[in-house]
Amino acid sequence: MSPQELAEAVVPATRETRRRLRLWPFLKGHPQALVGAVILIAFVLVAVFGPWLAPYGEKEQVGPLFGTPSGAHPLGLDDGGIDILSLLIYGARITLIAGLCGALVAMLVGGTIGIVSGYFGGRIDNLLMRITDYFLVLPDLVLLIVVASIWGRSLRNVIIIIGLVYWTFMARLIRAQVKVVRERAYVKRAQALGASHARIILRHVIPQIAPLLLAQTVLMVALAIFLETAISFLGLGDPSLPSWGKMIETAFDRGAISYGAWWAIAPPGIAVALVIMAFNMVGTAAEDSLNPRLKVSHLVRRHFRLRPLPDREDPR
Amino acid sequence: MRAGWSYVGRRALFALITILVAISLNFVLFRLAPGDRTSALRCQACTAEFKEQMRADFGLDKSIPEQYVLYMRQTLTGDLGSSFVTQQPVTGDLWKAIRNTVPMILLGTVISIALGLITGVVAAWRRGTLVDRGSVWTGLLFYSLPTQWLALMLILYVATPLGLPTSDIGDPYLAYSNPGWWPELVDRLRHMILPAATIGLVLFGEYTLIVRSSMLEALGEDYIMTARAKGLSNWQIVTRHALRNSLLPIVTLIFLSLGFIFGGTVLIETVFNYPGIGLEIYQSVYDRDYPVLQAGFLLLTVSVVVMNFLADLLYFKLDPRVTE
Repeated sequence: MSPQELAEAVVPATRETRRRLRLWPFLKGHPQALVGAVILIAFVLVAVFGPWLAPYGEKEQVGPLFGTPSGAHPLGLDDGGIDILSLLIYGARITLIAGLCGALVAMLVGGTIGIVSGYFGGRIDNLLMRITDYFLVLPDLVLLIVVASIWGRSLRNVIIIIGLVYWTFMARLIRAQVKVVRERAYVKRAQALGASHARIILRHVIPQIAPLLLAQTVLMVALAIFLETAISFLGLGDPSLPSWGKMIETAFDRGAISYGAWWAIAPPGIAVALVIMAFNMVGTAAEDSLNPRLKVSHLVRRHFRLRPLPDREDPR
Repeated sequence: MRAGWSYVGRRALFALITILVAISLNFVLFRLAPGDRTSALRCQACTAEFKEQMRADFGLDKSIPEQYVLYMRQTLTGDLGSSFVTQQPVTGDLWKAIRNTVPMILLGTVISIALGLITGVVAAWRRGTLVDRGSVWTGLLFYSLPTQWLALMLILYVATPLGLPTSDIGDPYLAYSNPGWWPELVDRLRHMILPAATIGLVLFGEYTLIVRSSMLEALGEDYIMTARAKGLSNWQIVTRHALRNSLLPIVTLIFLSLGFIFGGTVLIETVFNYPGIGLEIYQSVYDRDYPVLQAGFLLLTVSVVVMNFLADLLYFKLDPRVTE
């Protein structure tokens, strides 16, 4: 029997201590998560089937500029005579992709750094956390503008920017959790049996923190969508794709306000708010059921829309 | 107490190092961006020699380490360069912008704290009732609204009925009539109220939720039970016992968020065309005006670091147990 097989044989109990997130009991216990999930599913369906649902094309002029809402165009027309409802439907896909992928990048980068930092500790931990600290105070605008002006304005770069801005929070949070898990008996046992670091991390650490990682990623999507609207508003988003942030920016830029065209501004904002609320509802409930002590920690993380905060619970 | 001072010292050192690193990062990041001072002059007629001369004047022909030393020396002596667009020293422009932004931020913060504190305390006090649920949902809603969108909605639905101005910092014609300080102050406030209200509402949701949960935690403590047993009134329990103890996390949070408000004003000031630091940065993003951007970022970073440091100090002052 190799040491690793031995480790496997001796420590099969990890699964029982694992904090599980069973979908149905979770949703039943948290009505707000259920509401959030329903909203999210609706938006995801719209995003997936957008091209079939949209009554008009995303670049098709179908009436007068800033045409008022009517039976044919329930949400009116924008500054180019394009149907707002159609734009909103096409935009769902882009906004959700930006939010999900951005959060995923943040999760992968931050998660990796957090795990390495928390698991190995010592000098590696110190170095990585110092780097994280500096990134934390760096205004996102710097990263935003530099990335956008070096690589150009595209959806891919928006996703990279979101990842760059938010990985730090993930890293801090995961690090704190990993530090706790590292001290558990079964990890010590596996170490004593000679299991490799990679094996311990993959088999014992990651399964333990996975639910939390998931809950945090869901909350992160809300932040990511926020940042997408801000990036677009600064004119640094993809100029050719009609994301919701871009719709707000275009309406503002082309004088929808002085025209009194509320229908060009209100719908994308409401859509953004709905999606963010839904992600927050699901994410908070998940975080709450996994780690009741954290409570408001997710709130501490977003700060004034452009920059979230360092995690105060984490001693530095 | 010794441990306390060493804690303060460590935090101060960290703040200083962070600022130095931020200045250096600024150097690197803007060297990465395409174009330099000469290409940004937008001078089609300039000859190649003239541009070479300019580069030599700015020290751009030197090696990167030499440029770095030069840059550090200039930054530390307060020389942040001149704007590509206006050719004026950056520090003067920024200073003017800061003076416009700070009162607006303060007003907004006061609004948000007042609203957040009242709603949060009432919600926690009346836990589980309709009032509580309403407050939580309102908080969650405001927490989810995009800043720039909320500002635009205020312009559409609040500014017109109330007859409030939606752009600029003051009436440009007012100065000609020499009206004295009172009408001028009123005019300033009228221009300030909508951007400040946006800040207030944006932060309100967050503060409400935090105050509420912080209060709930305090209300569950044993000393509240003792206070009840002593026969104190609800009002006394809430204000003297629960609120006081729940203020610690709230106060530090407010300080921490203050540091980031400067960044947040970019969106708000752009919508309201309010000539503060945010609008300055927005315009220099648009013009790729690197010296202004660089200085703006330095300012944003320093404000975050300083506020972080103040929050640490305050935390230490309010809760001497903190030495880690």
